[in-house]
Amino acid sequence: MSTTNKPIKTSSRPVRTLAILALGLVAMTGLVFVQGATSVKLGLDLRGGTSVTLQPRIAPGEEGSITNEAIDQAVAIIRQRVNSLGVAESEVAAQGTGTSRQIVISVPGDTGRRVVDLVGQTAELRFRQVLATGAGASSVVDPAATPVAGVTPEVNARFASFDCTLAENRQGTGTDLPSQTIVACDRAGLTKYILGPAEVLGRQISEASAGLDTQSGSAWFVSLTFNSEGTSAFAAVTSRVTSLPEPNNQLAIVLDGLVVSAPRINEAIPSGTAQITGSFTQLEAKDLANVLKYGALPLAFDRGEVQQVSPTLGADQLNAGLIAGALGMALVVIFTLAYYRVLGFVTVGSLAIAGSILYLLFLLLGKWIGFTLTLAGIAGAIVAIGVTADSFIVYFERVRDEMREGRSLRTAVETGWVRARRTILIADFVSLIAAVLLYFFAVGGVRGFAFTLGLTTVIDLIVIFVFTKPALVLVSRLKFFNSGHRLSGFSSKSLGMPTTKEA
Amino acid sequence: MSKFSGLGGRLYRGETSVEFIGKRRRWYAVSILFILISIGSLAVQGLQLGIEFKGGSSFTVTTNSPSVEQARSAVQSAGVDGELIVQVIGNDKVRVQTGSLESEANNAVQDALAASFSVDVATIDTQIIGPSWGEEITRKALYGLFGFLFVIMIYLAMALEPKMAVAAIVAVLHDVFITVGIYALVGFDVTPATVIGFLTILGYSLYDTVVVFDKVRENTKSITASSTKTYSQAVNLAVNQTIVRSANTSIVALLPVASILFVGAGLLGAGTLKDLSLALFIGLIVGTYSSIFIAPPILASLREREPAMQALAKRVNARSGGVVASATSQVSSLPILGRGPRNQPKRKGRK
Repeated sequence: MSTTNKPIKTSSRPVRTLAILALGLVAMTGLVFVQGATSVKLGLDLRGGTSVTLQPRIAPGEEGSITNEAIDQAVAIIRQRVNSLGVAESEVAAQGTGTSRQIVISVPGDTGRRVVDLVGQTAELRFRQVLATGAGASSVVDPAATPVAGVTPEVNARFASFDCTLAENRQGTGTDLPSQTIVACDRAGLTKYILGPAEVLGRQISEASAGLDTQSGSAWFVSLTFNSEGTSAFAAVTSRVTSLPEPNNQLAIVLDGLVVSAPRINEAIPSGTAQITGSFTQLEAKDLANVLKYGALPLAFDRGEVQQVSPTLGADQLNAGLIAGALGMALVVIFTLAYYRVLGFVTVGSLAIAGSILYLLFLLLGKWIGFTLTLAGIAGAIVAIGVTADSFIVYFERVRDEMREGRSLRTAVETGWVRARRTILIADFVSLIAAVLLYFFAVGGVRGFAFTLGLTTVIDLIVIFVFTKPALVLVSRLKFFNSGHRLSGFSSKSLGMPTTKEA
Repeated sequence: MSKFSGLGGRLYRGETSVEFIGKRRRWYAVSILFILISIGSLAVQGLQLGIEFKGGSSFTVTTNSPSVEQARSAVQSAGVDGELIVQVIGNDKVRVQTGSLESEANNAVQDALAASFSVDVATIDTQIIGPSWGEEITRKALYGLFGFLFVIMIYLAMALEPKMAVAAIVAVLHDVFITVGIYALVGFDVTPATVIGFLTILGYSLYDTVVVFDKVRENTKSITASSTKTYSQAVNLAVNQTIVRSANTSIVALLPVASILFVGAGLLGAGTLKDLSLALFIGLIVGTYSSIFIAPPILASLREREPAMQALAKRVNARSGGVVASATSQVSSLPILGRGPRNQPKRKGRK
């Protein structure tokens, strides 16, 4: 046992370590107040709401494979749709890894059915000729506005009164029919358009990319290539509109019923490759290229899971979680006090510290990375009480073993630590690996379980290093424990040591 | 309690010794029996999969007068035929589970239930699962399982010993298999929360095994230098020395899980909490068993095959003048091998 052969370090400074821990806790609490993160963000299963998990797949009749960009684009499209509901704290996010990611939509409150209907449709990309444009913000009908020729009075009337500043008008649901003349907004709601029937479809694009004009140096552009069908359709529309006056010479790129960009056509383009130039930043150019790429491969969404939780059930689940947590904690405290007597208070203290750190982290992570506590997350935290207490038991039992070897408590606390530390590190690392893998492979809400389990394992390590160990060192200096009081958890009797023999 | 702790001391010094390794055939037999039962019930009954795996919808109405008949006729009036599972949960909830429905049909069922029980549609708790969802969950769970086993095998091989990694993984597979078998046998519902429970058992079951193996490693570090104990005997001592620890950590791990199970099933009926904690509860018990009765004997069997260990066994046998046989028969002679601490490699560290 090389480790135990080494002279025992007497330089451990328990008081200093504990002081640092106290400072850390105070600092975290301060941070919580500075950040204004005073309440834990609760998941929808704890406060009521609707969550929909969508599994993207290739739209029917299409070929190809799902790309990362397509999923990002799909997330952006669905976010646009969900935001149009105007429900605060709605969230749309991709979960998982690579191209098997799911899209998770969470909307609090009781908008259930609308959300479900809204998010499921396939979003299509289409090129439509611009027939008229107007300021999106104006909600006042401009009496001087001349009706656009060749457009039905209904569409003209709709255009005149259309208000793009209203979120619901920027919903886009993929319900725009290709053969119809439509009224549409741009994504930001600044401009409204009357658009002709779709002339080129997204699936007729074969390639799109953002590029930098090396001659001028800083001009970003988007180049796109059409397939043979698209080439002839694009040639036809460009040669027709290029000689028309503004804005009829513009060709709108419409994704999910919203105008993403409406470039002017400078010349007829028969070659099947086109460049869209303008004062793009790199980001804008890449975004547009991604929109076009997505158009080449529209995704449909399978509704994987829809969960509607009423606020009543949410409150019930929250209560049940808290009661289970309190009960679990109480049982563990009773057990450790019964078994380890007064020493059990070190465990109770450690659990209290671990609990406080966890709570503070819930607050901060809610603020920083949008962490929300779900029912599964609460379950993870409760299960972790066991993992955390396990570490203390491993350490305490080790110390008792060392004392059975005939060491004094003060020495045993140090020698036992060296061995216990190793065991705890290995065991906790295994738990951590399990939590990380669960997190990446779990689907939907149960991820919260893996997250809290991993978080608490790390907290466990911190607590045992900066609280349990120093606390035990301090305690070992007290006469009560040193002399092996029968309630100390270190009495010869409880160690099963016939003292006469050992002496 | 103190009596129990006193036992800990005797176990530690080897004065009281339970033959975990020596009687390994008995433990193996028990486990093989369980595994056979698991295979049998999996083959005959299969797992009772929740709607998350089959696809379908679940509607829970909270009402003062829950009635299975009323709910059933309401759903049927909405034009949904086929298999319906209707149950009353607690005293104020009724739950209807249907097969896969189209979006409109889901809305129709909600409306019909709301009208029939005169509640607001928004108060009906709904879960709709697409038909391909189950495959996705299963696929990911399998990736998770194999990824975990692979990573853990490598990690334990590095942190402990390669053969310990093998023994630990065998024990973990044993745990998952038996837990799944119990699910098939009893007919508990398997939901994604259950699957996560199964996967969590992996990490949990290993915690105890790691504690035992770390002690084994410590006890056997320089075992070939002396000829007082065979490898199996050293393992047995390690298990005996850590058994109090294993019992305590398992109890402490089980207590919170039991309280989730109790509260979850009692207050909420079926749901995430119950499913997760039930899987953990069963898995923890099986895991504790395997970390004592399965993993160490397998490790001993693996290591005893090594020439160095066989030579050691011979030396030990010759020295104690005992029966020349497997390590099995040697274990009972442990108490006469000397009293306590002096037999431990650790005594060198004594000052």
